[in-house]
This record gives sequence, structure tokens and C-alpha cells, in this order.
Amino acid sequence: MSRAGRFAPLILLVLLLAGLVWRLATPADTNVSSKLEGKAVPAFTLPPALPSKLALASADLATGKPRIVNVFASWCVPCITEVHVLQDLRSKGVTIDGIAVRDTPEDLADFLARNGDPYERIGSDAQSRVQIALGSSGVPESFVIDGRGIIRYQHIGPIAASDVPMILWKVEQAR
Amino acid sequence: MIAETGLAALWLAAALAALQFVLMVLALSTDVEAGRTIRSIAVVQGALTVIAFAALLLVFARSDMSVALVVENSHTAKPFIYKVAGAWGNHEGSMLMWVTILSVAGAAFALLSRRTSERTLVAALGAQAALALGFYAFLLIASNPFARLFPAAAEGRGLNPLLQDPGLAFHPPTLYVGYVGLSVAFSLAVGALLTGEVDSRLARAMRPWVLGAWIFLTLGITAGSYWAYYELGWGGYWFWDPVENASLMPWLAATALLHSINVLAARGALKAWTMMLAVIAFSMSMVGTFLVRSGILTSVHAFAIDPERGTFLLALLAIYVGAAFTLFALRGATLKEGAPFELVSRETGLVINNLLLSVILGIVFLGTLYPLFVEAVSGEKLSVGAPYFNSVAGPLALLLAALIGVGPLLKWRSESRPVFKSLTVPALLGVTALVITFIVAPDVGILPRLGLTVAAYLASASILPLIGRNPLRAPLATWGMVFAHFGIAVALTGMAMNAAFTSERLAVIKTGETLSVGPWTVVLHDVAPTAGKNWTGIEGELRATRGQGIVVLSPQTRYFSNPPMETNESAIGTFWNGQLYTVIGKPDPSGGWQVRVWWKPFVTLIWAGGALIAFGGALALLGRVWRRRRREPNWRERYA
Repeated sequence: MSRAGRFAPLILLVLLLAGLVWRLATPADTNVSSKLEGKAVPAFTLPPALPSKLALASADLATGKPRIVNVFASWCVPCITEVHVLQDLRSKGVTIDGIAVRDTPEDLADFLARNGDPYERIGSDAQSRVQIALGSSGVPESFVIDGRGIIRYQHIGPIAASDVPMILWKVEQAR
Repeated sequence: MIAETGLAALWLAAALAALQFVLMVLALSTDVEAGRTIRSIAVVQGALTVIAFAALLLVFARSDMSVALVVENSHTAKPFIYKVAGAWGNHEGSMLMWVTILSVAGAAFALLSRRTSERTLVAALGAQAALALGFYAFLLIASNPFARLFPAAAEGRGLNPLLQDPGLAFHPPTLYVGYVGLSVAFSLAVGALLTGEVDSRLARAMRPWVLGAWIFLTLGITAGSYWAYYELGWGGYWFWDPVENASLMPWLAATALLHSINVLAARGALKAWTMMLAVIAFSMSMVGTFLVRSGILTSVHAFAIDPERGTFLLALLAIYVGAAFTLFALRGATLKEGAPFELVSRETGLVINNLLLSVILGIVFLGTLYPLFVEAVSGEKLSVGAPYFNSVAGPLALLLAALIGVGPLLKWRSESRPVFKSLTVPALLGVTALVITFIVAPDVGILPRLGLTVAAYLASASILPLIGRNPLRAPLATWGMVFAHFGIAVALTGMAMNAAFTSERLAVIKTGETLSVGPWTVVLHDVAPTAGKNWTGIEGELRATRGQGIVVLSPQTRYFSNPPMETNESAIGTFWNGQLYTVIGKPDPSGGWQVRVWWKPFVTLIWAGGALIAFGGALALLGRVWRRRRREPNWRERYA
């Protein structure tokens, strides 16, 4: 058997080990960063989620001012805590729109009556189509969108009270 | 006391392993006769690990909440069988099981091996001790299963509900016996490279161990696949998940080894290659253990991530595989290749088998590790899924399956008979199957279609070695081969049928409403609350019919509180021509229920094929051992 053939397994092993050591030394970032950050909001038009509220379309998001789009649902428990934080953000001058996923007008009206309503517009995404187009895998999830309709930041999971300064900073950056 | 006894036994076993290794070095470098001593040490070492493992089982069975591991993984309200099974349903416990099997395999080898030369046996037992020593160190330093908790906890945190299934009681131990059983082949190869005695005698000594480990691996993979199929509620039998691949890779290497070892045993050829495979097979077991236990890969088998343990296991992997490969590089040149063979011969057939299996192994290996390296280099996250594995490894596996029909018909050294003539009938059957698929299902994918073709051909070609002779006089090993190869055809049929003809429906239906899937009409008759010892849940009553008779299926959703988790218990109706697989999910706000139903024609053949393959292996093993005893009637006296 040739010399090269005999040493090949050893060399391959050393390469593999080097790779694994490197990989162990640099632990993986477990956050899945958004692929949509820096991209325009996909085009969509949603019907109003409540007769009393304005509907939401992608055109409504490019108005020259940064906005937050919050993907939520009345059946989502973490959304109840989050909606109070959103009201705090609204009182600090942030415009917030909602996308209600797989919701009914009655449940939604009940949810907003109980927990307060920070939303300017709420679109009804009955089939999760827009949610999927936005690359959102669950509720709640929020997007900071700049005045030209470009997604600047994607927040997965509920916005906690401690996240407020960071979110305000993201909104400021998007101006 | 029980936990301390276990720990003490483990320390003692580690000390004996060290002694065993040192004695091996002494025996090989001087002419000290140490065979008997080393054998005895290996046996005692094995017994000590059994004591340690029994101690762990006992603390779990008694729910001893002063042992940290029990607190983390058990709960007094758990059914008894899962209390015991919980002992290996966690990192420390499963590593203890690993080590126990490793040293019991070493002990069994010391007791049973009669074919190896004394020097190679001593070297192999020394290598086995070195392996065990590293893993004892790992347990005692980084993963002590017997660590106490002070003060003791009042109650445990519970076992992952997905693991509370009879499948757990059998699947991991079976798989581990397979993984770790390959260590004997590894140690024998290292021993033979050390002593330079790589010959057909060694191959015959190694063969039963490889066969035995391979049988368990086959059973473990088959059982694991069925467990995932019914327990996870996804309706799939193989997900190309890194942990599944970790069990497939040693199996592929062991399958290759199983075939090349026959060439070495019968013809004295393929020496270097067979030694390499023996090293690689167990190395793949260690790579698998590292991948699973370090948490370096993301997997549905969500094990905890622990860099310290990962580094420790990686160091062990580097030492053992590195040492074996270095030995191979240094000693490989002294291996003289055996008898030559011609282009058309049994040897060539087995070489092609080995090449294809190795390439498939390489494909699975690359696919499993690729995401890791891409992320390390570019930071990009990606996963390699079924499309890659199926489209790259699938055609090669089909080619291999097609060649399985030919190989066993060839003679050793040189084949001049027109063997391909005898394949006429199988080939015609294959073509018939192909034509039928075009008529019955004109739009199935190319792989399932070819799968059915090859399966029809192989099912008939695999029994040809028994034809033209008196089948009762054929050696058991030949029967074993026929069963295993026929099993591949059976499993292939199941996979292709499942891929081509599965129908699926997911719908929200209210009680009283129906949905239809394949030939079935399914009524959601009722949904009622239900409860078990440590869970509550809902149970749907589905009444399925396809013309005559009604089948009642009761899928459940269970809510466990310790730890809080929800699982779907599928209900599966098995019929001669397939399975009706049902899952019930969440209630819908409108008052309906999410119901998911699959009709999977002939899917059971996948696992039936796996069982047949393992049964073939068992027949072959029986044949080898039985023949050996007949030839050596004085084996009992030798070590009495």
C-alpha cells in the first residue's frame, strides 16, 4: 500500500479534528437573525380586523415615518403582557400597526377592550399568509420599518419592558 | 450507600483497566506470559461496571431523590418501567451504559475468544482497556452519574414525556450494544496491527463480533425508526436528523466491514482495507457519541449543550482514532496483500459493495457535518435535509441494491460461468414491476419508481444462491445472507410504496363530520377527556371505514405537568396492506378539532425488512459459531 494511502486517513482525521475544535471554541450563535432586515416589506393588502379599525396594506408602511408592525393574536397569551409594553411605546411617540393572525373580530374586540389598544391600524391575516411572507414563525413578533417601507429590525417573541430602550433606539435609527 | 457502591465499583474498574493496559504493554515488549492474567482482569472489570450500572438502576427504581441525576430526570409519580428506563434517558446514565457495554464486551471477548493468537488477544484486550479507561475518566471527571444532592430534593423534575414510551426501554440499549460492540473489532484490528498478525485467522476471529454488533445496530435503527414514526406524530420514519445519521454511519461502516472481512477470511486479501474499516466502524460510533453528547449539532434529539463534555469527548476521539490511524500508517506497509483475483469474481463484487457503501457513508458524513462548517466559516445557518440525502445517496443505494443480486452468485477468484443468465427471471420481474408502476401510477417520482423495480428484481435475485442445490444442505451463513438480502428488498418496497402512494389529510372537523383519505372515510365520532398516571389529555374517537367493517382509532393529546409538555399520541391501525395513522391536535376556536390522517400503503414493510435483515445476521452468526464448535471439539477443555 502506498505511503500516501496509508497516511491519508490520519491527515483527514487531523483536518476534521481541527474543524471540530474550532467549532467548539466558537459556540454557535443560537439566534436566527432575520433574512428580511434591510429588505422592503413584501407587498400585501389585508382587510380590517375590526369594523372600527383601519385596514393595513404594505403601502401604509412607507409614509416617511418609522413604524412598528406587531404580529399578534387575541389567542396568544404572551401577547397580553406585550400589549401593555406596546402602549408604553406608543405613549413615547411610536406608531404601531398590528397584524392579527387567525383571529375573529369578536375575540379581538374583547382582547383590545380588556388589555388596551395601542394599534393605529390592524389588518386581519386569517390564513397567516402575510405572517409567513414576513418570515415570522410565531406570535408575537415585531418589525421596525423605516419611512421607505424597509424592514430595519425583527424582534422575535414578546417585547419586554426591558426591551423598550433598545426598541426606541431602533426606531430612532430608522428615521 | 447504593450510589457510593456504584461509584466505588466504577473507580475500581478504572484502576483495573489501567492495570490491564500496562500489562499489555509489558507483555508485548517483553516475553512475559500475561494472557491469563489479562483475561481475568478484563472479566472482573466487566463485572464491576455491571455492579455500577445495577446501582444506577436501583437508585432510579427507588426514586432516591438525594442523587442529583434522579432529581433531574425522574419523578415519583412516573410509572415504574419509566423510572428504570429513565436511568439511561439522560447524559450521565447513558454514558455509564456505554462504558458498561464496552467493558462487558471486553470481558465477553476475553472469555469467548478462542481463534485469536495469544499475542494478538493480549494486544486487543490492552486496546480495549485503553478505550475503557478514557471513558471511565470521562464519567468520573466530567459526568458523574452518582453525584449526591445535599440536601435531598423532595421531588424530581420528571422525564421528558416523549421518552416515556416502551420504545425507550429497548431502543437505546439495543443501539448501544451495536455501537459499542464494534469496539471489539476496533481493538482486534489495533491488536493485530501491533503484532503484525493480520491474516484470515484474525478475520475469522473478528467476524462473529462484527456480526453480533451489526445485528444489534440493525435492530436498534429499525426500532428507533418505528419509535420516531409513532411517537413523534409526524408520520415519517426517517428524518436524516444528525442523531439518526450518527447511528446510520457506524451501520454503513459495519456493513462494509461485514463483507470485506469475508474476503480476508476466505482469501487472505484486502488486509489493509479491512483493518481500516474495523477502525472506522467504531470511530464512527465515537463520532456519533461526540456529535450527540457535545450538543455541537442542532437536532430533534435536543440534548443539553456542554462545551466541557464536548471537549473531553473530542480529546478521547482524537487520541483513540488518531492512535489507530497512526498505527495503520506505520504498519500498513508491512501488510502483504493476499491471493490475487480476477475482474469477474466474488472478490470484485465485494470490493464494489465496499466502495459503494463507503461513498454512501462519506455522503452521510459530509451532509451531517456540512452545516457545522458552513456556520463556522461564514456564519450562515443552514440545514441539510432529506432532498440532499435522498437525491445523492438514494441512486447509489439503488445501484448497490441492484448489485446485491449479482455478487453472491459469483465464485471466489475467478468466475467463468455465465451467471448473468440466471438473473433473467429476476430482471423480467423488475421490468414487470416498472411497467406496472407506469400503468397504475403514471406520475410518481423517479426514485420510488426505480425503488419498486429494483425491489421486485432483488426479492427474487436474493434467493438464487439457494436454487440449484439442496437448500437444506446450504450452510446457515448462506441462509443468513439470503434472508438479509431479501430483507433489503422488503424494506426497499416499503420505502418506495410509502414515498409513492402515501395520502395525507389535515383538516379541522367538528364531531360528527367526516374526512376521506385514500380509500378510507374517517368520522370524528367523539372527543373526550382522559387521564393517565402523570398526565391528563383528550382522546378522539375516530371511526374509519373503507367499505366494510369499522375500525376505531383513539389518538390522544397528552398534557404532562412534570416537566410541562404536550405530546401527541398517534393511533395507528395496521392492516395487511398498510397503516392508517391518525393524530388529534388542538381545538379550534370554532369548535372543531385539528385532525391529521395518513394512509400509508405497505409502510410496515420498512420495519419488517429491517427485522429480516437482522434475522439474517443472526442466522449467519449462529452458522459461524456452530461450525466453529464442530471443528474445535476441545474448546471446552482449553479454558476449563
